[in-house]
Amino acid sequence: MSVDQNTVRHIARLARIAVRDDELEALANELNGILSWVEQLGEVDTDGVEPMTGAVEMVMKWREDKVTTGNLQKEVTANAPGGDDGFFVVPKVVE
Amino acid sequence: MTMNVIMRDREPRAEDLIKGETGDWEIILGLEVHAQVTSNAKLFSGASTEFGAEPNTQVSLVDAALPGMLPVINAYCVEQAVRTGLGLQAKINLRSVFDRKNYFYPDLPQGYQISQFKHPIVGEGEVIIDLAGGRSESVGIERLHLEQDAGKSLHDQHPAMSYVDLNRSGVALMEIVSRPDMRSSDEARAYVTKLRTILRYLGTCDGNMDEGSLRADVNVSVRRVGEPLGTRCEIKNVNSIRFIGQAIEYEARRQIELIEEGGKVVQQTRLFDPKTGETRSMRSKEEAHDYRYFPDPDLLPLEFTQEFVDHIKATLPELPDDKKARLIADYGLSPYDATVLVGESARADFFEAVAKGRDAKLASNWVTGEFFGALNREGHSIEESPVTAKQLGELIDLISDDTISGRIAKQVFESMYKTGRDPAKIVEEEGLRQVTDLSAIEAVIDEVLAANPDKVEQTKVKPALVAWFVGQVMKSTSGKANPQVVNKILAAKLGLSSDD
Amino acid sequence: MSDPIKLSLAEARDALKAKKISAVELTQAYVDEVEAGAGLNAYVLPTAEHALNMAKASDAKLARGEGGALEGLPLGVKDLFCTEGVRTTACSHILVGFVPPYESHVTSNLWRDGAVMLGKLNNDEFAMGSSNETSYYGSVINPWRRAGDTTPLVPGGSSGGSSAAVAARMCLAATATDTGGSIRQPAAFTGTVGIKPTYGRCSRWGIVAFASSLDQAGPITRDVRDAAIMLGSMAGYDPQDATSVDRPVPDYELALGQSLKGLSVGIPKEYRVDGMSSEIDALWDKGIEWLKAAGAVIKEVSLPHTKYALPTYYIVAPAECSSNLARYDGVRYGLRVEGSDITDMYEKTRAEGFGDEVRRRVLMGTYVLSAGYYDAYYLKAQKVRSLIAHDFIKAFADVDVLLTPTAPSAAFGIGENSDDPLAMYLNDVFTVTVNLAGLPGISVPAGLSSQGLPLGLQLIGRTFDEETLFKAAYAIEEAAGVQPAPAAWWKA
Repeated sequence: MSVDQNTVRHIARLARIAVRDDELEALANELNGILSWVEQLGEVDTDGVEPMTGAVEMVMKWREDKVTTGNLQKEVTANAPGGDDGFFVVPKVVE
Repeated sequence: MTMNVIMRDREPRAEDLIKGETGDWEIILGLEVHAQVTSNAKLFSGASTEFGAEPNTQVSLVDAALPGMLPVINAYCVEQAVRTGLGLQAKINLRSVFDRKNYFYPDLPQGYQISQFKHPIVGEGEVIIDLAGGRSESVGIERLHLEQDAGKSLHDQHPAMSYVDLNRSGVALMEIVSRPDMRSSDEARAYVTKLRTILRYLGTCDGNMDEGSLRADVNVSVRRVGEPLGTRCEIKNVNSIRFIGQAIEYEARRQIELIEEGGKVVQQTRLFDPKTGETRSMRSKEEAHDYRYFPDPDLLPLEFTQEFVDHIKATLPELPDDKKARLIADYGLSPYDATVLVGESARADFFEAVAKGRDAKLASNWVTGEFFGALNREGHSIEESPVTAKQLGELIDLISDDTISGRIAKQVFESMYKTGRDPAKIVEEEGLRQVTDLSAIEAVIDEVLAANPDKVEQTKVKPALVAWFVGQVMKSTSGKANPQVVNKILAAKLGLSSDD
Repeated sequence: MSDPIKLSLAEARDALKAKKISAVELTQAYVDEVEAGAGLNAYVLPTAEHALNMAKASDAKLARGEGGALEGLPLGVKDLFCTEGVRTTACSHILVGFVPPYESHVTSNLWRDGAVMLGKLNNDEFAMGSSNETSYYGSVINPWRRAGDTTPLVPGGSSGGSSAAVAARMCLAATATDTGGSIRQPAAFTGTVGIKPTYGRCSRWGIVAFASSLDQAGPITRDVRDAAIMLGSMAGYDPQDATSVDRPVPDYELALGQSLKGLSVGIPKEYRVDGMSSEIDALWDKGIEWLKAAGAVIKEVSLPHTKYALPTYYIVAPAECSSNLARYDGVRYGLRVEGSDITDMYEKTRAEGFGDEVRRRVLMGTYVLSAGYYDAYYLKAQKVRSLIAHDFIKAFADVDVLLTPTAPSAAFGIGENSDDPLAMYLNDVFTVTVNLAGLPGISVPAGLSSQGLPLGLQLIGRTFDEETLFKAAYAIEEAAGVQPAPAAWWKA
């Protein structure tokens, strides 16, 4: 499989990264270089192999249903590049 | 999210079909209901789930997706999902997986929603819906999974900007996906009604649609009878049962008109506007989505034992279908009355408290008639009722032992509802006790007969006039005379055969 | 005290306890070193005042005969660790000016034990790189130079600021993180010790995430004992991280000096890769001889899927990072570049905020997860990952620890590998398997190359058997003898 410039444009759109048209070719080449290299995994017989889900065998810990935090409006909005009256503010979203 | 369409084979019912210009159309409906899990804290953080707080005050560092923050699953939300699954007679998966659903939106701080895609916590189940005329239908449940709610974007605070409040961000939702087994807006409404009832019985979701605790995405498609499935449109986030009905009616007709005019239905996400009663395409969803689901590496698979499930099962309350069957069997109620009563467990409990050791039919008539009538009129919930089940039971006792007549009882009930006083007290203080003293009644009757000799004469050819005399006697006694006794004496004095 | 910066962490600890030096004196000496070494660009944010305040508090505690295991010891912190009230950027433009209102679990543990923070250390942007050249704050210069050559060399990456600062004596020890080799390879490039513990041993809470299933924190130190002390403080259960392991942290220092008699050491034959320098080969053989001499039994083992580890890593890590980095969207913190609408704002912010390597990996990760490609790439890679992990399980049925080189070469020149991503990725060929399998791995200095550059050997252990790693690494350290420090040319 290899990616063309349209694919790069599409992926960049999905990833919300603006890419200039004059960058597409170089990016496509780079990605194709990496992709053709990783495609050697195709040689490995993985029939019946379960995909790895965790790096180490362990049971996931659960938390209790307790309110342990809150009233952090100042803290969570302190770094916001756009903010007003305790809200985050962004360019208008049309639904 | 329905991938392979599995649905129940159903003969279309004539009354469900929509008449188009070119023939009859069948509506195919499937619902994805988002039910907020009743819990203190959020699905993966320790922030409160309470509704209506100041913006961004119920947001943990995790909910705001600050760098390096990690999710940890709330055990109670897992329990609630299992409980709900059991209530939907569904398969519980002892191992499920949380996936990331990746997309960008300002009220989705992580840039992904933690959800369950390939391996949900609950598999196939069933909901029996109750319809007019005692008809019921089975709606298949495809799955139930746990996921995070998003925050809220407010668009009316500023002309060029949207304001984002993350208080809801991370609240636990159960997405309950039905099979496309419904064929009319009535069925869809009955489904949501029934689902909400079940969730409330279980205590896993408060079902409050005004506060967004329960929202439905409705998948609508139409087809000519006997033809394959049409292309569906998804109407997002409909937040009242009435709107669900309206949205379906509008959307089905829109699709039929479109096809009949030679057009094609395009699969899309639409919004219902309650002001116009119309649906419209959602601009933010126009772009084709590619959510790039993959297992969340911050979380291991969600695993629990059958004992965990059994323990929850042992604490399940009696569910609406079982309760309905029992009310019919134990109290001889009609399926209709039983359905009305089990709609809320508080109603059924109230009824049972009233009916216990009393005439079940009389109790049911009073509870579903006067009592619910008054609640509706006053906009009260059962919990807010000024009349207790004990008091209503006592009122019924007063009828049964002939202390008051049914008519007086209604008067007493109104007074009970207004003042919250006990019925016996009202009867005593307002002198409403039924007159059963034969001589006293006879005296009144004699008086009435003597005053109306012409009417007495007419009764001989027109026996129905006796009712007029009964009315006169009741009037003279302010309704307190025992009507049966009055009838009997009148019949004897007028030389007619008595009714009883 | 004549030159306090010559003391190791353990020695400084003992000197403080014995009141031979005060924490303020020690810290001031390091503050001066940090300033003098500014040209190496190891620190992106020195916090001298903060350090001296912490040192004062430590002195007060020490005077009362109190104080934790690290009381008064000045450390550097990789910029991936969120530090409360102190700017944290992961060396990315997209986190410009971000000041966390919270402290990472690992650094909290260090401060709990009395350590002093000298500042935030440089790293590859979001820890993506093997040379520290992708940092928004510029490259770090390795304090080591080739003999008779002033060409600036890379300190390895991504924890290049950590390795350079420790090697240049600009801190006693540093925190670091390792996703594919980011602790061990920089340690090898700078003649320092670096351990990546078992996945789950250190909490990831408060560490800027790169690839969640691979990321682990660990220390870079001057010697094995210091690494044992540092890890003992950094490790521990954290209920805020669902992948953190709830088991006690042993006293790793106790493992040092224990006999290797009967220890079974595996030599994975697949690690003798084509094109590996004969110098590295010879170093490896030397390591084998040292361990044998210390009483260990050497066995050849096979890890048949080794060659697939790097390609597997370069699917799994970008996939996870493409999602982990979605939160950098200009809404709640960091950089925002205004746009005509919300999507335009996102796209401009992320285009300007991410450097080339991060962009490459985010795009790569987005691609391998996208509709139609998930099974062929991501799922396939996670299956191969299972096979790689299984290789280790099989090997560890036979041996207690594995010995390999840490990196296929010594430190290279700045700019030498930066045009070819694949060539750069090959740096992690010996380290990345360990992350994929969640195992602990340590790099320990084993000598100098013919050009006078440090080289490292790697030991790989069973899950949660860091003690065996420390024991064996200590034996190598003893056998290799005292290693020279780099000449302090940057002060001239």
